Amino acid sequence: MTAQAPGFWPPSGPEIIFLLLGAVTLGSAVLVVTTRQLVHAALWLVVCFGALAGGYLVLTAEFVAWVQVLIYVGAVVVLLLFGIMLTRAPIGRSADLDSGNTWAAALVAVAMAAVLVTVLVSGFRMAYAPLDPGQGAAKPLGSSVFRTWVLPFEALSVLLLAALIGAIVLSRTDIKGRQ
Amino acid sequence: MHVVYPVVVSALLFSIGVYGVLARRNAILVLMSVELMLNAVNLNLVAFDVWLRDRLHGGQVLTLFVIVIAAAEVGLGLAIVLAVFRTRQTIDVDRLRALSERAPGEADGEVRS
Repeated sequence: MTAQAPGFWPPSGPEIIFLLLGAVTLGSAVLVVTTRQLVHAALWLVVCFGALAGGYLVLTAEFVAWVQVLIYVGAVVVLLLFGIMLTRAPIGRSADLDSGNTWAAALVAVAMAAVLVTVLVSGFRMAYAPLDPGQGAAKPLGSSVFRTWVLPFEALSVLLLAALIGAIVLSRTDIKGRQ
Repeated sequence: MHVVYPVVVSALLFSIGVYGVLARRNAILVLMSVELMLNAVNLNLVAFDVWLRDRLHGGQVLTLFVIVIAAAEVGLGLAIVLAVFRTRQTIDVDRLRALSERAPGEADGEVRS
């Protein structure tokens, strides 16, 4: 696992691509949490998730990348846009999206980033993962889901059914509680 | 691929999500920040799965499960946000103080129904 780790310089081709995609991810994530327009936040979220899917591709996790594109970019962002429209949020620039404790939040986030990055860099500085394609393709992942992980898979389907029914019950208005 | 790169990207993404959860007032933006944090966890899982070469692909399968749970979570969360909007006419999390310990009638009387 950690054998023959090459140096950090020069970075290899996949590393350069991953770092560029990571920069896009982090930049668009910062725009998601700082933009003044609600719809733009959802659209920057698309950019963030798309760049992250590219990062999964570089890490040879192809199936996860396509599932990310399908579910996050396809479903979750559309659901969030529905939520924005249905709550009649002000479309356009609005000044009251940030609360008063922005500075405390920034302090907490910077402190957490410093601690995490310090610990992770000191812990995994020597770790090197050689990439060989095909490890995360649909075939090995599917056989492992349906052999080893089939019980959590079935439990998740029950969870999805429960979430579906719960969302329907919560959003219908003609269901009254017990008197 | 050095493991440091994806791990550091995911730590920074998680911190950005924490900032969003703490600093935003709109409930839908808070949900978006939670999604950012979940994505940071997913990137971590994939990176360590690739590093450890798990024969059962535990990391990537867990990533798929987290994606499914995130979809269920955002569906239920938006249903709750819509229910709150129907009863209170606002989804500003700073003004939803019905569960706070403060005595009633302390300048937040309008959100009490």
